[in-house]
Amino acid sequence: MIEFNHIRKSFGEKVVLEDVSHIMETGKCNLIIGQSGSGKTVMQKCLVGLFEPDEGEIIYDGVSFTDMGIEQRKELRQQIGMLFQGSALFDSMTVEQNIMFPIDMFTNKPFAEKLKQVNEVLERVNLVGINKKFPAELSGGMKKRVGIARAIVLNPKFLFCDEPNSGLDPQTSMVIDKLILDITREFNMTTVINTHDMNSVMEIGENILYLYKGKKEWSGNKKDIIFSKNERLNGFIFASEFLQDAKDMRMLEAKGKIDDNRDMNELLNGDKLV
Amino acid sequence: MLFFNHFGRYLIMLKGMFTRPENMRMYWKELMHQCVEIGIGSLGIVIIISIFMGAVSAVQTSYQLVSPLIPSTTIAQIVRDTVILEFAPTVVCIVLAGVIGSKIASELGNMRVSEQIDALEIMGINTKSYLIMPKIIACLITIPLLVILSMVLGIWGGRLAGTATGIISPDTYDMGLLMNFVPYNVFFALIKAYTFAFIISTIPSYYGYYVKGGALEIGRSSTKSVVISCIMILFADYVLAALLLDKAG
Repeated sequence: MIEFNHIRKSFGEKVVLEDVSHIMETGKCNLIIGQSGSGKTVMQKCLVGLFEPDEGEIIYDGVSFTDMGIEQRKELRQQIGMLFQGSALFDSMTVEQNIMFPIDMFTNKPFAEKLKQVNEVLERVNLVGINKKFPAELSGGMKKRVGIARAIVLNPKFLFCDEPNSGLDPQTSMVIDKLILDITREFNMTTVINTHDMNSVMEIGENILYLYKGKKEWSGNKKDIIFSKNERLNGFIFASEFLQDAKDMRMLEAKGKIDDNRDMNELLNGDKLV
Repeated sequence: MLFFNHFGRYLIMLKGMFTRPENMRMYWKELMHQCVEIGIGSLGIVIIISIFMGAVSAVQTSYQLVSPLIPSTTIAQIVRDTVILEFAPTVVCIVLAGVIGSKIASELGNMRVSEQIDALEIMGINTKSYLIMPKIIACLITIPLLVILSMVLGIWGGRLAGTATGIISPDTYDMGLLMNFVPYNVFFALIKAYTFAFIISTIPSYYGYYVKGGALEIGRSSTKSVVISCIMILFADYVLAALLLDKAG
């Protein structure tokens, strides 16, 4: 579990995060959502220690990350895996070398054992037989999966994903989302995902934090979103008329009514949804 | 103010390198990789420029020595001393600042921009120590060796050009090389080589490690690192000459 309280972060005069508090739960996909520039990436970088918050406290499983020294942080980071927006694979290394790198750095296992471990995680992300390929030879979705494989190879307790679906087609995005969800459940990890992909929100959003201009605007899960009255959240999630119609249909199924300002007859005639 | 800001960050970067390595074997592997990249990778250009520097030096010295009272052995002495004192350490290091410096700055800059450095930090690796330290040590090992090679090839290039053009016979050239030889000059050249190796590795590392932006900024920081390295090499060259050659005299 990761808990953070009253996080504030500014760059010069510009305040990017203001008084943000939330709890990221273990064994769940915890999503940080918000418009571009809302502070999602800065929030995640504060959580992993790439940025130091100006104020506030971050607590990993009851231990204050904010008060940790350099050596303690290095130890904790060995329990953290991260998938970056651009995958951040090492260009000069093959897939096998990329995934083996953390094992090489932090263990003294024999090569055969390391290779077995690499092949196991590659199988887990459905990428068997690409050991000798270089990152430049892979598609965007494959790079993301290799990034996930590298992030989970040391069985971390915490997994961070920064925009895991950016630049991917909807179908591949679903594959990545499902993979992250399955891995989270399988290894009982605390997974924190930055996203503004609505499919992801509705598929894997078990604990969602919505940031608006650097402040916590709303929190809940994917079911709560459907019934949320928060206008900013609705404007962000259901930005298109099509998605607004889809939301109303779900509400209609669940509660037998839709938002007051929507035309029910028009919706039921199916004109919009077709 | 900007100078002190950069200089302060540069010193903090150097201080940040000195931590306990996470895995000595991986650091050793990286050091060997950098030695090959920097040493073997620069071998070709060093061989070419050294031979031509020596050759041109021999031909031009002979052109300027018009008096019949000056013996031909002087050509060899002048080639030897200019190659050892200036051409091999300074000119070769200025060329290496371009070759190695731009490579270091663009490699680190690309790693920074594509979040590879962040990925290493998240793993719990001290990136200053793992990425920069091996480059500096590799430069300190290989650049003085390249300078020694350059001295030998420069002097040999002078001999080759001198005999090929009929300016000086091989025996006279060899005799000239042994006359009034000051071993301290080689020591001085090596002090310069170590100083310049430190400049060539640390300044581009600083500019590459702290780059912000995209491909354009990587190019800019790479160019800037080479320009500043060259200026620092020339400045250090003057300071070392003023300090050490005066003492020798």
